[in-house]
Parts: sequence; structure tokens; C-alpha cells
Amino acid sequence: MNAPDPVVAGEGPLLQVEGLTRTYGPRIGCADVSFELWPGEVLGIVGESGSGKTTLLRCLAGHLEPDLGHIRLAMRDGRMADVLALSEPERRLLSRTDGAFVHQTPRAGLRLGVSAGGNVGERLMAVGARHYGQIRGAALDWMARVEIAGDRIDDRPSAFSGGMQQRLQIARNLVTAPRLVFMDEPTGGLDVSVQARLLDLLRGLVRDLRLSVVIVTHDLAVVRLLADRLMVMQGGHVVEAGLTDQVLDDPRHPYTQLLVASVLHV
Amino acid sequence: MIALRDVGKTFTLHTQGGVSIRALEGVSLRVSPGECVALTGPSGAGKSTLMRMIWGNYRLDEGEITVAGVALHRARPREIVALRRDRMGHVSQFLRVVPRVPARDVVAEPLRALGCDIGEARDRAEAMLARLNLPRRLWDLSPTTFSGGEQQRVNIARGLVHPFPVLLLDEPTASLDGANREGVMGLIDEARRRGAAILGIFHDEGARARVCTREVALHLPRGLTA
Repeated sequence: MNAPDPVVAGEGPLLQVEGLTRTYGPRIGCADVSFELWPGEVLGIVGESGSGKTTLLRCLAGHLEPDLGHIRLAMRDGRMADVLALSEPERRLLSRTDGAFVHQTPRAGLRLGVSAGGNVGERLMAVGARHYGQIRGAALDWMARVEIAGDRIDDRPSAFSGGMQQRLQIARNLVTAPRLVFMDEPTGGLDVSVQARLLDLLRGLVRDLRLSVVIVTHDLAVVRLLADRLMVMQGGHVVEAGLTDQVLDDPRHPYTQLLVASVLHV
Repeated sequence: MIALRDVGKTFTLHTQGGVSIRALEGVSLRVSPGECVALTGPSGAGKSTLMRMIWGNYRLDEGEITVAGVALHRARPREIVALRRDRMGHVSQFLRVVPRVPARDVVAEPLRALGCDIGEARDRAEAMLARLNLPRRLWDLSPTTFSGGEQQRVNIARGLVHPFPVLLLDEPTASLDGANREGVMGLIDEARRRGAAILGIFHDEGARARVCTREVALHLPRGLTA
């Protein structure tokens, strides 16, 4: 068993990633990625398709097993636990209580045959909630927070617009008060005006709940508005990292310069 | 409050054949609480570049900059995020906001980030917008549709809504007419009198004479001519 370092809760990083590597046979998914995420911080990961950003996110979220490297997470008692060394049931519990994953397509993150309220309540029941009235109350509260009218609680998400589905997915993920949220292109398939509303909502939630977020996107405008820090990936490697506006306004790596110069301004 | 020592800057443009551009050279200056210092010098002397290096969106590779106790040449990104949140205000020439967020909330945002409750933050934002003469009917609208002068007043309101000890002002009066210009200069003067350390670019000589206590001239880096 690992010997976790005692740290004071809230005073150290929430997540420490070191040398994370995942290959697919001879092909590199992501290679030697290291970073820290502190409580309340939003880290953006950008790069083109195939740059390794999604592989990295899936390794962090426990959906993929890395070949090499360490992922350490600050537990609620302040100790750092080596996530990859935990047993399978421990990891599953941890991902239910402390982690959340917002998928690009709401359909991947929702159960379309279950009511909106059921989608939110289900996550609470997975961590032990049993009182029907309280679960329904929490579902209503979260629907309001993501701006879905309470009278839609018994409707199935298949009857919702894309933007509403995405907001419902966010409610379903945040209802258990996770400390760490992973987002894969959360504004990806949405109309521009719907994107703006979702961005504003996410900013408010990050600030009010002090969420720590790792967000993968290819949209530089989204990270500029949402992320404190940025990592730029190319060919599985992090080629540049730093304060978001510094990376975007004063890019140093040739690939980042190309990426920033290629954005169309309207 | 703001101290620069031997600050220089070179950009390397990899997308344009790796050409190097020398933008700044050997700049040292200090701004104390209660001072409003104007950066002057010809176009191309690096005034905006220097402001961006102090704000932190341009990297600091050469020299040292210390702002409100934070050494930017050593600071980690989250220390700069914290500095911007509670000690350093910024009025830039560009308004970057989430589309569809009303002007009132754009101005209230720095206060919300400091933990101020939404009611108080909105009250203070409204008081600021009223002082800057932004018509009340615009408060509920997104500033993305505003005129240049209206956007600038939203930007100024957001930069000055919290009494930051350090203020960076990039052309705060550029697109404003008489009365509105006067209102902005009044706010800047108030900030200075309460003890803020202010560094700015003011192309308008009248504004410079009215609010600045001192000027620092930047020169073109060696080898460059206007």
C-alpha cells in the first residue's frame, strides 16, 4: 500500500498528475503528462483531434488505464491517495462521490428513458440517498440552478432541446457535490447562442461551488472565458502550459502560435 | 506597489519564418501608492507590451516585475490569478465577455469573484454605471451590442468597481466625449487619492495633464527607428 503524505485539507493541490502515459500499441495516446490542479481551479486542455487530449481526460477520469505515471487525489481528510493503487470498488466509490464527467453529447451522460428528475436523483441514490421527498427536492433545486423549469421534472430528456439536455447532464453530475469535474467539449454540439448561456452557467457554478475542473475543448474562445490555466497538446505531448491568457496572447511554441493564428475573428 | 527592473521583451514568430521582434529594452520604473504614472513614447516603443507584461498576459522572460508583493518573474499561474482577483484592476481597450450576460452582471463580476453576495455586487455595479452615465435601459443588455464609448464605460466600471490597490489603465478615455471623459477622469483621480498605484497609457494630453502625477517615457529599442 502507498504511504500518503498528510496535507492540510484545502491548502494543497487537489490533484497531482505525474508522468502519465497511455499508448495504443505503437501509437502514442498521451505521453509523460504532469500537472497539478488546485481547489477552485479550471484547467483547459486544447489541441486538435488526435492530440491526446481526450485520452488524457479519460485516464484522469478512470475510464482508461494509463500505462505509466501517477494520479494522486487529495481525499476529504486531506491525505493524498494514489488513485491507480486503489482497489476497484474503492475507485468506483471515489468516482461516484468525488468525480463527475460531463460528456460532449448529453445522450452519453443521461439516461434518455428516465425522467429528468430521475436522472438527477439517480446519482444521489448511487451514493446512498433513500428519502424520496429529499431526492425529489434536490432534483428540483438542481433543475432550477441549471435553468430548467420545475414542471419538466417528470418529462424524459428525449423531449428536451440539446441545450436543455446538456444543462440536465450538468445537474446530474453536480448534484452529489463532486470536488472534481471532467468535461469533454461540453459546449461542442450546441448552437452558438445556447453555448453562451451554458458558458455563463458554468462560470457561475465554478465560482459559487469552488469546483475544480479539467475541461477538454478545441474551442479557444471557450477556454479563454472559462479556464484559469491552459495546456496545449500536440501528438500526445503537452507542448505549452501556463496562464490561459498568457498562452493565447503570447504563445511561445510554434504549434500554439499556429493554433492561435488560425482562429477566425468575427 | 509596482516595481520593474530591467524589463525587456523579444517576440519570436514561428509562423513567419522565425523572425524575432525586439519590443522592449531595459525598462525600470516604480509606481507608489497615490501616484498616477503615464507611459509615454512613440508608437512602437512598447507601451502596450509593457502593460500586458504587468497584467501577466505577456510572458516575462527578461527582467523583474513585482506587483503588490507578487514577483511575476517567479509567480505560478494561480498566484497571478489571485493577484488579479484581489489586488490588481485592469481597464483594457477590449471588452471580453460571455455573450448575453447583462452589463450590470459584467460589472458585478469582480465583486462576485471576491465573495460579495449578488445583491450587494449588483447594487455597487449599478452605482458605478450610473456615475459613468450609462443609460439605465442598457443595464439589462449584453454590452456586446453597445457602441465603443458605451463598452468602454462598462470596462471602466468593471475595473474600478472594487478599490484595487493597483490599477492598469490602457487608454481609458479614448472613445469618450466631453462629459463622459470628465466622469472617468474624476473616478481615476478618486482612486489615486484613496491611495491606488496607477499606471496608464493616455494619448489624450488633456487627460494626462489632469490625472497623472508623473510621466515615464519609453524609447524605441536600439536598432529600431520609427
